[in-house]
Amino acid sequence: MNRRLNPSLIVGGFIVGLIVLIALLSFIWTPYDATLVDSSIRLAKPSWSHWFGTDKFGRDILSQLMVGARTTLFVGLVAVGVAAVIGVPVGILAAMTPRWPSEVIMRSNDLLLAFPALLLAIMFGAVFGASTLTAMIAIGIATVPSFARVIRSGALQVMRTEYVLAARAAGRRPVPIAVRHVLPNVVSLITVQASVSFAIAVLAEAALSFLGYGTAPPTPSWGRMLQESQEFLFSAPRLAVFPGLAIAVAVLGFNLLGDGLRDRFDPRLEDRR
Amino acid sequence: MPEPVIQVTDLVRDYPRPRTSLFRRAPVVHALRGVSFEVRAGERFGIVGESGCGKSTLLRILAALDRATSGQVVVDGTDITNLPERRLSFLRENLQLVFQDPMSSLDPRMRVRDIIAEPLVVQGHPASGDRVRELLDAVGLPPNAGDRYPHQFSGGQRQRISIARALAPRPKILVADEPVSALDVSVRAQVLNLISDLVDELDLTLVFVSHDLSVVKHVCDRVAVMNAGQIVETGTTGEVYATPAHPYTRRLVAAIPTLARALTGTTTTDLLKGAPT
Repeated sequence: MNRRLNPSLIVGGFIVGLIVLIALLSFIWTPYDATLVDSSIRLAKPSWSHWFGTDKFGRDILSQLMVGARTTLFVGLVAVGVAAVIGVPVGILAAMTPRWPSEVIMRSNDLLLAFPALLLAIMFGAVFGASTLTAMIAIGIATVPSFARVIRSGALQVMRTEYVLAARAAGRRPVPIAVRHVLPNVVSLITVQASVSFAIAVLAEAALSFLGYGTAPPTPSWGRMLQESQEFLFSAPRLAVFPGLAIAVAVLGFNLLGDGLRDRFDPRLEDRR
Repeated sequence: MPEPVIQVTDLVRDYPRPRTSLFRRAPVVHALRGVSFEVRAGERFGIVGESGCGKSTLLRILAALDRATSGQVVVDGTDITNLPERRLSFLRENLQLVFQDPMSSLDPRMRVRDIIAEPLVVQGHPASGDRVRELLDAVGLPPNAGDRYPHQFSGGQRQRISIARALAPRPKILVADEPVSALDVSVRAQVLNLISDLVDELDLTLVFVSHDLSVVKHVCDRVAVMNAGQIVETGTTGEVYATPAHPYTRRLVAAIPTLARALTGTTTTDLLKGAPT
């Protein structure tokens, strides 16, 4: 079978690509202004002029979803960036230091891992004020431990290889070994982990916005759309269904992409590339 | 008689194992229990023993990639046993290694040319394309091999790349850790002959480790037999092969496969138990 194109990779890549396209499109065109309030069409049902209907302020749901994709991607990108920038060096450091310092790093890592991510984000929101920025950074920091853990195990494998021994025998010092040998050989792990973390970040952003600790109104966000739909759950369930679906599809897409990439980069098959 | 370039005296290496109980001391594995030997300049010295007998630990300490628990290693007149890394540059230039596993000894993300040039770059020598081509030629690979990645080569070719890398800084001592045990039998002889020729041509001292006495016999003048972290017998390869003194060596010699034994279906384990053949 062609490993380069496994089904998860294709479907995940398609969904993620679609979300990115929609988010990009929203910069130049949306059916309506996503923040335009029109009280004459409050809670309109889906129709030809408003495909997904309108919310309690008469804002177009489709437009809001499109602009919300932007928020979602932006939050995911920054959160994963923060997690990778901290988590990757920490993981490599933990793999390359001797027993004691490595234990200290990994146990403090476990401490952070044991701390609920949402609680951390809410704490951040309470201290620094609720905003998209604090949400992104908090989600990023909460994702650091899983990054560090995965990268450490990959880096440990690399450190045990004979090419690292050969580099040491040639006189390479630890930092160049980390940069020249360890990092290039854990790139595939970083990609996979980034994709999976992205899904978690999307979910976390939605949860935070739902709780009021994320994106502040009027910037559209899938999580806040869900929250605003609560009072109409029985009279107009579609208000919850559309953003809910968007979140579910995005999370599914990023998870599939991560799975697909994992299969693609399976180290056991590495040599047969 | 030439000067000894490697002198190993009473080398001990203990590995602590993870604690099993909070109240008991961590158990210890004795990888090396008092190993002593000498290798003279230009000699081809073999070390034989079954896997787990401490051969690889010994090599790592020789190359200062691991530290001894006690004992002394003198290379080229310098005691390297407790030398800090920054003062080991003479050893990094003069002693190079060839490893066992041709799959794991080359970085899959580096081009062959960068792999071979790595020791040169690290040690601040000019790493010219000419030198790399010269090395590729010396190990019998085409000049354009440098542009490719390790996975595009067969096991035997990868081992040649490994040898080219080891020779790059013009070392005096070549240490080979089971360089042919991962290769097909048909390729083994080629790689062994290559090592043998290069050692002659470049006037190298060779330390060759293997679990296979017949391979060592093919390349080495003198051999040390290791068992459970100790050297049980040393002598010229011919002597040890023909008249093994220690019972362990006798079992090793008896375990060398021959056609007659293969036909009777005796397994290596039977032979090592000392079953008469």
